[in-house]
Amino acid sequence: MGIDNLKDTGSIKADEMVLNMGPQHPSTHGVLRLKIHTDGEIVSKIEPIIGYLHRCFEKHCENLSYEQIIPFVDRCDYLASMHMDHAYSMTVEKLLDIELPERVEYIRVIISELQRIASHLVAIGTFGLDVGAITPFTWTIRDRERVLDLFEALCGARLLYNYIWPGGVSHDLSPKFIQRTIEFLDYFDKQYDEYNELLTGNPIFVERTADVGVIPADVAVNQGVTGPSLRGSGVAYDLRKTEPYSIYEKFEFDVPVGEGKMGTVGDCWDRYSVRMLEMRESIKIIRQAMSSIPDGDVHSAMPKRIRPKKGSVYSRYESARGDVGFYIISDGKNIPLRVKMRSPAFCNLSALSEISEGWMISDVITILGSLDIVLGEIDR
Amino acid sequence: MQINDIFKHLQKIDPGIVLEEDTAYLYIDPSKWEEISKELASNKDLFFDYLMCITSYDLGSGKLGLAYNLYSNTIKHSVEIKIEFDQIVEIPSVASIWKTADWHEREAYDMMGVIFTGHPDMKRILLSDDWEGYPLRKDYKEPDYYRGVPVPKDKTAWE
Repeated sequence: MGIDNLKDTGSIKADEMVLNMGPQHPSTHGVLRLKIHTDGEIVSKIEPIIGYLHRCFEKHCENLSYEQIIPFVDRCDYLASMHMDHAYSMTVEKLLDIELPERVEYIRVIISELQRIASHLVAIGTFGLDVGAITPFTWTIRDRERVLDLFEALCGARLLYNYIWPGGVSHDLSPKFIQRTIEFLDYFDKQYDEYNELLTGNPIFVERTADVGVIPADVAVNQGVTGPSLRGSGVAYDLRKTEPYSIYEKFEFDVPVGEGKMGTVGDCWDRYSVRMLEMRESIKIIRQAMSSIPDGDVHSAMPKRIRPKKGSVYSRYESARGDVGFYIISDGKNIPLRVKMRSPAFCNLSALSEISEGWMISDVITILGSLDIVLGEIDR
Repeated sequence: MQINDIFKHLQKIDPGIVLEEDTAYLYIDPSKWEEISKELASNKDLFFDYLMCITSYDLGSGKLGLAYNLYSNTIKHSVEIKIEFDQIVEIPSVASIWKTADWHEREAYDMMGVIFTGHPDMKRILLSDDWEGYPLRKDYKEPDYYRGVPVPKDKTAWE
């Protein structure tokens, strides 16, 4: 080798270091591994390595009847199981062409919005934890517990409900449940202001999150980012408004979007604030639904056995994390030919490398926390 | 735009495009997909800027399929494109047009063994790199051993 060859060091990056974060790391919200390429302390590239929780749920579905799949979809997004149930049941109903009783739709909306509050409370609490605020986590978890108590009274389960079935729900609402929910909402209204005092305007929190990890709107759309993370970038894309499903068009509510109040539009603070404001909207929807819930039989539209015609269907649902899609292909049997789940957190996480480029390692934790991922849903 | 208008629009590029009655999806030929995907993303009347989902499926007897669900945030319409092909056929990647396709295509390769040409980083995503076979294919057989450990075959508990 001549001396000239030795001089050619163009492809060698002398300062690059690869840092391995996870799979056992408290800030990765589950078993996620990040291979972080750094230059000093500045991140140049991130390779998320996923699949540690992979159970091949889609393969299981090909061996199970349509009803038996519901407990499996529960376990995908374990922080918002009701949303998964609802999204899956909606898809099967679309395939079967079932019309639902009004009471069922009202119950589903009430339950889904309560679930959205519970899920956002975890997101906000753990986000605070990621940037070093410990108190908000204990507070949000305490209040989430109250929502879980409501769900326990409703269907017996606290986390994995198996509650929403194709054509109906497993148990009807009791009058006591409605009363307890109203009590919870009154209590939560007061708590909500306390969260705002704790985090929203907290100078340390703002310093850590404002202007950090900005996702421009066009990048977010191109990357398939959905949910509060997309709305944080200023895009008013919420399926409850843009393509209303269930009975959402009957209710009055706003779609909060990021405005860059503390920094740039689409930064981590905006994503946090969208989640906060969304809980307000959820309370509004629940109150409206509670006041006008009609009577009826929740089991009347439930099919005795599910055997859809040949065909395929794709339906979308606005879950706490974003746009959940189910693609089901039926070949006329009682088990599906193929079930594919479009996981919102999967698409949100794929944008991480692009967002984090140029930020410090400690900011990666903030950005990851602001995306609010659930690994059960990413790995399926 | 309604599905019929999109169908007529795309017919100019691919005369062999099929719209079956009472369905909301278009069948296209794998060789035309590159051209059509560019048209879908860039044409001002179509402008599909958001790729919602890529679904791969196995119809049995060596036939695979892909379903692309697209949505336009500006025009607020959606379309589903289906491609059905033999196992060995390679499909042009759309990761350069919609970045979200990057991981979705890797998943389709991982689970169904669809090969995408022009993809920046074609490797497994959910399974480990040394996994053999494509689990979601209908002719997939579970291995007897994984890294020297016997795979339990007793399914009486849940089947």
